[in-house]
Amino acid sequence: MHTLSKMTFVELKLKLREPISTFFTLVFPLLLLLLFGSIYGNEPTPFLGGRGNVDVSVPGYIAMIIGTLGIIGLPVALAEYRDQGILRRYRATPLSSSSILSAQVVTNLAIALLGMALIVTAAYFVYDLTLPAAPLAVIVAIVFSGVSFLAMGFLLAGLMPTASAAQAVGMAIFFPMLFLSGAGMPQAILPDAMVKVSQFLPLTYVVNLLQDLWVGKSWNVTAVLVLAGMMIAATAVSTRTFRWE
Amino acid sequence: MNSVIEVNHLRKTYGSVTAVDDISLQVSAGEIFAIVGPNGAGKTTAVESIMGLRRPDSGEIRVLGLNPQTQGRELKQRIGIQLQQAALPNRLKVWEALDLFATFYGRSLPWEPLLEAWGLTEKRSAQFGKLSGGQKQRLFIALALLNDPEVVFLDELTTGLDPQARHATWDAVLAIRDQGKTVVLVTHFMEEAEELADRLAIIDGGKVVACGTPQALIQELQAGSRVRFTSQNGFDAAVLRPLPGVTQVEQHGRHITVHGRGPLLSHVVTALTAANQNPVDLHVEQANLEDVFLALTGRKIRV
Ligand SMILES: Nc1ncnc2c1ncn2[C@@H]1O[C@H](COP(=O)(O)OP(=O)(O)O)[C@@H](O)[C@H]1O
Ligand SMILES: [Mg+2]
Repeated sequence: MHTLSKMTFVELKLKLREPISTFFTLVFPLLLLLLFGSIYGNEPTPFLGGRGNVDVSVPGYIAMIIGTLGIIGLPVALAEYRDQGILRRYRATPLSSSSILSAQVVTNLAIALLGMALIVTAAYFVYDLTLPAAPLAVIVAIVFSGVSFLAMGFLLAGLMPTASAAQAVGMAIFFPMLFLSGAGMPQAILPDAMVKVSQFLPLTYVVNLLQDLWVGKSWNVTAVLVLAGMMIAATAVSTRTFRWE
Repeated sequence: MNSVIEVNHLRKTYGSVTAVDDISLQVSAGEIFAIVGPNGAGKTTAVESIMGLRRPDSGEIRVLGLNPQTQGRELKQRIGIQLQQAALPNRLKVWEALDLFATFYGRSLPWEPLLEAWGLTEKRSAQFGKLSGGQKQRLFIALALLNDPEVVFLDELTTGLDPQARHATWDAVLAIRDQGKTVVLVTHFMEEAEELADRLAIIDGGKVVACGTPQALIQELQAGSRVRFTSQNGFDAAVLRPLPGVTQVEQHGRHITVHGRGPLLSHVVTALTAANQNPVDLHVEQANLEDVFLALTGRKIRV
């Protein structure tokens, strides 16, 4: 436990020394919030089913952070460590494989949670965000979706030949997903055809799950099944495809 | 001497490439054992299998009585590893690396003295990515010694170092042995193995082609010695052929090499004086491990 906490602490320090890679998780969602918040405010509007723009967007931004974590953050971090031979060096110590990987997961997760806290705090104080009706359910859903996307991250890390490939492919998957899933902007402004396409994007289900729970609706069963399926499939495949060097 | 490492019939293939082809060797406590051979010979594959970092296809390995495959974590508590290819995060500081790695071991030495011993005190707050090749290497040695290991593996320790840094590193390796540790030194520099090793295995094409002390291997070769010089004025080297002990005389323009055994030098000098020659650059060369490798494989180690 001492080892894991030390390693996580060191990894967090390293992330702070490499601010650009942390930018996406921490600052990008905040910029979107302030940009669209300043344009559309948070007044209830019939266009968004009687809810304010910020109230609808914040669960989406949280989903976006989960997406960044699994699609870009974790796979790029792991692929970089593999490319550079850092994983090799750790493997030459008595550390177990799971400790080496846990430190990466915990670090990336901590940054994601910090990003979420920033968004919620900013939205609450600047735009009077309506807080979730059932906060505990929202938190459980965040952790559940996060774990599902982390599994996806391990899968991508194993499949991508290099860190730059992980970066490029991550971006190519992430951006369409961001705009179509409702994470980056409300799906209400998308044409129907695009909303249909979004049914094939896992991030859409994170958005649906979080938005429903946020306003006090019950668990979206389809979303839970899709995300659980992704978690199981990605874990099963990544244990086979993950590479240390 | 009790043996610290026992390897029997180790084999490892990558697809159609047989990297290690039936290697057996045995390393005794307290010695520097070198594994030497050209690039691609299979040295790293062999030694990383011995450390438990690669999974061999077949063969038996025991290090400190442990099986590296099934008792790997226990083994890694007791050995020190410097890998041929490895890195630390670029932004990690020297002291942070030592401080972090110290938590990986059940028992570790205080790292301040290690920094001092490896000349890294001034660099303690430097980031890994900003260190020179030699400084990175010294940090990796310090990390390899952090758990006060019984066996230290050093893979291509001096590759990429300038001659001065290389010689300093050689002294350091001898110092590690003198602390009572067993050292396994992997290198493609024959000179390094000859200088440092108590015993060595020469590996080529995944096989051990010779094993023993450097002196024994050179003597077995019975290569004798060579006298080389440059003649000043149209000297007929043929007059050296009948001299006692001479086996061969090579002449390339003004450069002459006399091969043979026994007190070659005095015979050659006497003959040259009698012929009124003032040879330039006259010197004797003893056979070395390069010659052993050449004799065993028909190739120079570095092409
Ligand atoms: N991970 C690997 N995958 C495929 N081939 C490898 C791998 N590691 C080494 N080889 C091959 O095995 C042979 C021996 O390599 P290596 O053990 O690195 O030799 P050395 O350390 O003596 O230079 C080489 O032909 C090399 O290309
Ligand atoms: Mg090698």
